Amino acid sequence: MASGVKPRVKVPKTAAAGSAITIKTLISHKMESGQRKDKEGTVIARSIINRFTCEFNGKSVIDITLEPAISSNPYFQFDATVPEAGDFVFTWYDDDGSVYDTRKSVAIG
Amino acid sequence: MGLNLFEMTAAVAGLVLMVTGAHADQRATLIINGELTIPTRAAAPAHLTDMDEITSGWLYRTDETQALGMDDFDNPSFVFVDVALDLFDKVDGSQGKACSSCHESPGDFAGLTATMPRVNADGMLETTTDLVNTCRTERMGAEAWKYSGGEMSAMTSLIGLQSRGMKVNVAIDGSAQPYWNKGKKLYYTRVGQLDMACSNCHEDNYDVMIRADHLSQGQINGFPTYRLKNARMNTTHGRFKGCMNNIRAQPFGQGSDEFKALELYVASRGNGLTVETPSVRN
Amino acid sequence: MELSRRETIAFGLGAVALSVMPFRVAASADDVIAGFTGGANVTDGGVTLTAPEIAENGNTVPIAVAAPGAVAIMVIATGNPESAVVTFNFGELAASQSAATRIRLAGTQDVVAIAKMADGSFGRATSVVKVTIGGCGG
Repeated sequence: MASGVKPRVKVPKTAAAGSAITIKTLISHKMESGQRKDKEGTVIARSIINRFTCEFNGKSVIDITLEPAISSNPYFQFDATVPEAGDFVFTWYDDDGSVYDTRKSVAIG
Repeated sequence: MGLNLFEMTAAVAGLVLMVTGAHADQRATLIINGELTIPTRAAAPAHLTDMDEITSGWLYRTDETQALGMDDFDNPSFVFVDVALDLFDKVDGSQGKACSSCHESPGDFAGLTATMPRVNADGMLETTTDLVNTCRTERMGAEAWKYSGGEMSAMTSLIGLQSRGMKVNVAIDGSAQPYWNKGKKLYYTRVGQLDMACSNCHEDNYDVMIRADHLSQGQINGFPTYRLKNARMNTTHGRFKGCMNNIRAQPFGQGSDEFKALELYVASRGNGLTVETPSVRN
Repeated sequence: MELSRRETIAFGLGAVALSVMPFRVAASADDVIAGFTGGANVTDGGVTLTAPEIAENGNTVPIAVAAPGAVAIMVIATGNPESAVVTFNFGELAASQSAATRIRLAGTQDVVAIAKMADGSFGRATSVVKVTIGGCGG
């Protein structure tokens, strides 16, 4: 597992039923592109987050495929519909097999 | 008749500093999260006889970069502030303590960064980084963190955040004066293959384009800062080192007497500006 | 398992052949786009791409895409060593077919957004982003 990987998500705590909300997500990750070389000229191997998903109560909001051209500390902003109270689950998949996730609850109000 | 090396270097430097007259964005106001207004201009402190106004580095950045600093979520620094919050509660060292064992919360440090660096009771000039490492080694029995490494830059960002919105106010008189004089001398001394001093860019040519870079006054009111260039938190000493490398000079060490004196002097050039830590820069 | 001399030499040649080939052949931008569209016709429009005219630093360039009615949007940086950047696949609870992120651009180039619409058609938007080199090389 890559060390020091920390997610950060911004989700409103409440929303009107059926309304649209804006979600912002960020995760601290170097996103080693595989283009860089070390002092001896050896290519530093690619090691990135390659996929990010957001689901609400088990239904897909967005599913993102990341390539090495996504900047370090990948940031995404997108809109989600909140049909009822429930949980957003955010999942990041690392090249090295690690999976990072975090969840946020939204109440209707 | 050929030019000597000094003349050639000066000529090249002159070509590089293209005077396009690009002006800092006059209209831009820094309002964070739609509610916290951070003044980005102030009257120059009395000791700066050749300047009338001091300006934050925020003003010299493109619209997109400025926008990143206007929202605490869009600002990538805050994931590192979160890292520091975890470290604040983490037990480390032989004494079995965490920062939070003695310091109730990061709020305990409100106002500290605005006055740093400062001279301690033993007459030594200390930076915030020194304070953290002294606590770690002498009171926690833990290892010192690398001066500009990930943990320290995150922690000094968290501590600096507690002074955000306050005016920079470092002491330059009394016991601070000899250090300040040393820092001032360093600021105005030409070094390196390009034979340039800090002042050549940041006092003589701020607001001018150097190639495609918009030169700022080199203020440190926003440090540590998240730089787009390396996508991480950058400390003052880390930046001093980078600048000296750019001039092809041998940089002083991180945490060295020279960089601490320079940090005091550079901070004092911003006396009256507002702490913006943790900021976003190019 | 005992290897014959012939089998051992064959294994050795295979290993040499593998090490001589490039680890990963970079696909051209056109190939990447064709991979997304399946070779279908792409017309201009139907998607907006917001990107700065001048990127303050090529390492972190904020962009946004929007395509009402799209199923997915792919972003391609035609001048990068690997041109594929990101693909947004919108789920049933996506409130809009839009997203923002930050990308790396190796130099001044065309950035292209291709939207796959619900009816199987494809739309395209292109932006030129100038990527500058810093002051003292810093």
